[in-house]
Amino acid sequence: MIELTDIEKRFGDNLVLQGVSVRIAEGGVTALVGPSGGGKSTLLRCINLLEIPTSGMVRIGDEALTFHPGQKVGWASVQKLRRQTGMVFQNFQLFPHRTAIENIMEGLTTVLKWPQERARERALSLLEKVGLAHKADAWPATLSGGQQQRVAIARALAPSPRVLLCDEPTSALDPELSGEVVDVLSQLAREGTTMVMATHDLRLASKIASEVVFLEAGVVVETGPAAEVFGNPQRERTKRFITTLTQK
Amino acid sequence: MLPHWLQLMLDSLGPLLWAALVFTAPLTLLSFVLGLTLGLVVALIRLFAAWPFTAIVRFYVWIIRGTPLLVQLFLIFYGLPSVGIVLDAFPAALIGFTLNVGAYSSEIIRAVIASVPKGQWEAAYSIGMNWPQAMRRTILPQAARVAVPPLSNTFISLVKDTSLAAAITVPEMFQAAQRIVATTYEPLILYIEAALIYLALSSILSTLQVRLEERLNRYGGFLEARS
Ligand SMILES: Nc1ncnc2c1ncn2[C@@H]1O[C@H](COP(=O)(O)OP(=O)(O)OP(=O)(O)O)[C@@H](O)[C@H]1O
Ligand SMILES: [Mg+2]
Repeated sequence: MIELTDIEKRFGDNLVLQGVSVRIAEGGVTALVGPSGGGKSTLLRCINLLEIPTSGMVRIGDEALTFHPGQKVGWASVQKLRRQTGMVFQNFQLFPHRTAIENIMEGLTTVLKWPQERARERALSLLEKVGLAHKADAWPATLSGGQQQRVAIARALAPSPRVLLCDEPTSALDPELSGEVVDVLSQLAREGTTMVMATHDLRLASKIASEVVFLEAGVVVETGPAAEVFGNPQRERTKRFITTLTQK
Repeated sequence: MLPHWLQLMLDSLGPLLWAALVFTAPLTLLSFVLGLTLGLVVALIRLFAAWPFTAIVRFYVWIIRGTPLLVQLFLIFYGLPSVGIVLDAFPAALIGFTLNVGAYSSEIIRAVIASVPKGQWEAAYSIGMNWPQAMRRTILPQAARVAVPPLSNTFISLVKDTSLAAAITVPEMFQAAQRIVATTYEPLILYIEAALIYLALSSILSTLQVRLEERLNRYGGFLEARS
């Protein structure tokens, strides 16, 4: 269970998340949707503490951390929580000075201190899973965007995180390349990988999400099973948003 | 029978190269390595440390960049004895050049570290790295690649600048030339020869720089720039 309780996040005077509480069951895919600037990325980054919430509580499994305004949290506890997560970024953020397989091994060898050989095996099996075993020794700059994102997914999965966080995993890709990333993500969803995904891509969301959280102006407007929220939204605001997206 | 000037050049080539090997090269290499280390520390302080520390290193960089190297060398070698600090010529030169390289390279290192996209820090953190791991494994290697051309320029300048050490009695290559001039009264020939040796050294280093850049370029730079 991933639990966000009363999360508030300010950037200066800008209140970006206002008392967001969400419970995310493990084994499913939760889509964060909503208009631009609504706070999707910020909420996602509050889960792995790339942004430190101003106040509230984040719980992932047995690890929990409570935040208070103006109070610093220790590095060790941040890392403990963060290591429950893996993250996939909109613009991939592979390490350009490492080959595909080295990108995936990096967290295993540097952070978890696995021996090279064991890390290489794990990395190779993940590359196979994302269909890129033949690109193991390629430099990221020589890969297409879709291939880079698949390597990035493998890198995020390498330490077996409890939850995979994806921030617009397909939006930097043209439709053709985004297809291969969607395929990988749906495969992961079928295998029961817990994912939280911020996305504008309703096709992606309706294809793989089991739950949907609709976020606007830092407030959760509606939340529920994907089929219900997309098929029969309760709130007027959600309805309008989905209509505008499906018209595009 | 060789012409006089060529004979003189050949005769003095040995002493000049010997001085280059025994003084110019060690002075250059040692002060570059020490200066880079100092530059890295200064850059990290300027980027990440708290106020009093940043103020101290900014003061240091301001002094070094704002005063002539020759004056700095004179202060260290001829000036410090007045306050009881007496240094041999070589250590004095080493300290002077190290401080100099440290100040200039810190500006370069600071800029290249800051030029690594913020997303790379986040990617490193997202796989569980802490700050030192992210710095060492992700940020510095990428910064190093960008730093090669400007730091190579620093290095090549340094090779030539070591001739200033002659003024504080270090018997490096240029001083060797001066000493031969004192006995042969052939300044034109000897100083041309010294200039040619510096030119050869710089050219070799420039070639090595190009090689190194090609090697480091194999992975094609920041990804963000192209995506
Ligand atoms: N580092 C930051 N500093 C200051 N303000 C920020 C920062 N990050 C985000 N914001 C602000 O927080 C608000 C929410 O941004 P966020 O990126 O979370 O929205 P989003 O829902 O992901 O939008 P999009 O759909 O465009 O990705 C915006 O007003 C944004 O300007
Ligand atoms: Mg966003």
